[in-house]
Amino acid sequence: MARAEAIRKPGGDAPLVRELITPEGVDLRLQLGDAGQRASAFLLDGAFIVLALIVMTIAAIGAAIASGFKEAGAEVALIVWLLGAFLLRNAYFLAFELTPRAATPGKRIMGLRVAARDGGRLTADAVFARNALRELEVFLPMSVLAAQAQSGDVEGWMWLLALIWSCIFVFMPLFNRDRLRCGDLVGGTWVVRTPKRKLEQDLADDALLRLKRFAFSPAQLDAYGVKELHVLEDVLRVRHRATMAEVAGRIRRKIAWVAAPAEDDEDFLNAYYAALRGRLEARLLMGKRRADKHDKS
Amino acid sequence: MAELQLKSWRFRVEREDDWRRLEALLRKAESKSASALTDEEILAMPVLYRSALSSLSVARATSLDRGLVEYLENLSTRAYFFVYGARSTLGSRLQSFFARDWPRTIAGLWRETLASFALLAIGVIAGYVLTGQDPDWFYSFIPAGMAGGRDPTASTESLRATLYGADHDGLSVFATFLFTHNAQVALLAFALGFAFCLPSALLVAYQGATLGAFVWLFVNRGLGFEAIGWLAIHGVTELFAIVLAGAAGIRIGWATAFPGERPRLEAAAAAGKTAGVAMGGVVAMLFVAGMLEGFGRQLITLDLARYGVAAATAVMWGLYFYWPRRREALDGAR
Repeated sequence: MARAEAIRKPGGDAPLVRELITPEGVDLRLQLGDAGQRASAFLLDGAFIVLALIVMTIAAIGAAIASGFKEAGAEVALIVWLLGAFLLRNAYFLAFELTPRAATPGKRIMGLRVAARDGGRLTADAVFARNALRELEVFLPMSVLAAQAQSGDVEGWMWLLALIWSCIFVFMPLFNRDRLRCGDLVGGTWVVRTPKRKLEQDLADDALLRLKRFAFSPAQLDAYGVKELHVLEDVLRVRHRATMAEVAGRIRRKIAWVAAPAEDDEDFLNAYYAALRGRLEARLLMGKRRADKHDKS
Repeated sequence: MAELQLKSWRFRVEREDDWRRLEALLRKAESKSASALTDEEILAMPVLYRSALSSLSVARATSLDRGLVEYLENLSTRAYFFVYGARSTLGSRLQSFFARDWPRTIAGLWRETLASFALLAIGVIAGYVLTGQDPDWFYSFIPAGMAGGRDPTASTESLRATLYGADHDGLSVFATFLFTHNAQVALLAFALGFAFCLPSALLVAYQGATLGAFVWLFVNRGLGFEAIGWLAIHGVTELFAIVLAGAAGIRIGWATAFPGERPRLEAAAAAGKTAGVAMGGVVAMLFVAGMLEGFGRQLITLDLARYGVAAATAVMWGLYFYWPRRREALDGAR
């Protein structure tokens, strides 16, 4: 089976990237969900649950009124409400995370999903353990808070200690680098990012054919490395006019390019991107990866 | 430049259709379910997945189009989770759960179960003895809301009446409420185990103390035999479930506190899976207990019949969990 290890990738710019080697031997470089995404997903789910509870309560009251407060009707409405509230509290997360998507609606919106930490199958017992621990992480602190509202300040210190104690569980994901909450620890799971991504247009799409008039010399193409190429890719994808003008100006100065009259910045950048990529990829095939402009290899 | 098109661009053009096809299949499978795919599509999926993976390897080595590499990483990851993810249906999962996984796990938890049971027994004895020495203890063990008038100040007659309440109204609501309440307590007992066992142990012992104080009250009035029948009809199932929940909590807490030779995280995860299976069943057990309490106890008012039901449930659970199973049945579980 696949093996995943929590290894911090060199480079430091992506501390939430983890290695996951598939059985085919390819590293998928999983991205973990960060604390903000996790919290947003949970708040969304919480909102959905509360909304469902409100709808259910209104429906139950409606059913009780419709039955004219006869005993049988009201009783059934109450049973349905009690069971429904129980299921919402306990089965909502469980049922959604057992589907092939392994994500609640909140997680789906945030582009997250649950995965087994060892890279294997996500089993039902892992999902159960992960969600049963919510009792400790969510409902216990909530009842501690509610208890204060009831009992007044008689046992203020005890209450404070209980609050601190339960907060340790609430904020667990902030204390470890894999952003594991208690449930993840016990279930052997973690939450990874799998947002839906569209295949964007290749920026080198016939750029070389269309923009033949830009002929760069090898020396001009040796000015930059892979890092700068990726920055240029971002600039071209965002297509912010002022930024493109600024970047085009800098590149022209650096490579001593004499701009033709009325030369379009985007055309220039596009052509330079395609030519630079061609140059760097050709060297890549020879086994030389030029990391950035300071790389003299 | 001699060649007007980039190699990486041609690479992409040649394989793009396969990627898009895989993406479409994934979207279909994710938005509906795996069963929405035709047989042909199911068969195509692993092939397309492997081709996407190989594209990813090639792209990482030869292409500097970051958009493309990130897209392929994302696509491969999604396909990986589909191809190697869980595919069994809920029905077959439930079947293997009740036929094998659950009783096997409970049997494997016997040490923790004994410990948890001992805690409950200590709680019962402590509750009984303490309340016997000073009836005021009763109020510290049993909150007024839960006692519902069954406290040392009540008359013997009114206590007797609570045992054979002829009032059948709202029975099913009562049963539902009991089930949800008890299940919540059991889940809490389990979750608390994470904090190194102690809270779980306390909760189980506290449940025992409540029980002990309650039994003392009735024994004191000469209603012991009747009260135990009243409790046992559902209590055998319910207390067993709470003992098991405590045992599951202890398993996790123990693994977290004393992981042995394995890393702490790994030990906690292994224990968590075992305990998770146990807990899934405990909720089902509490449902049965709620039914027995809500319906069985209110409808069966004959003491001996109540004892009979209690004994039957005890034998049934005992056999179900601890009856030795054949070897191959165990091996088939994994």
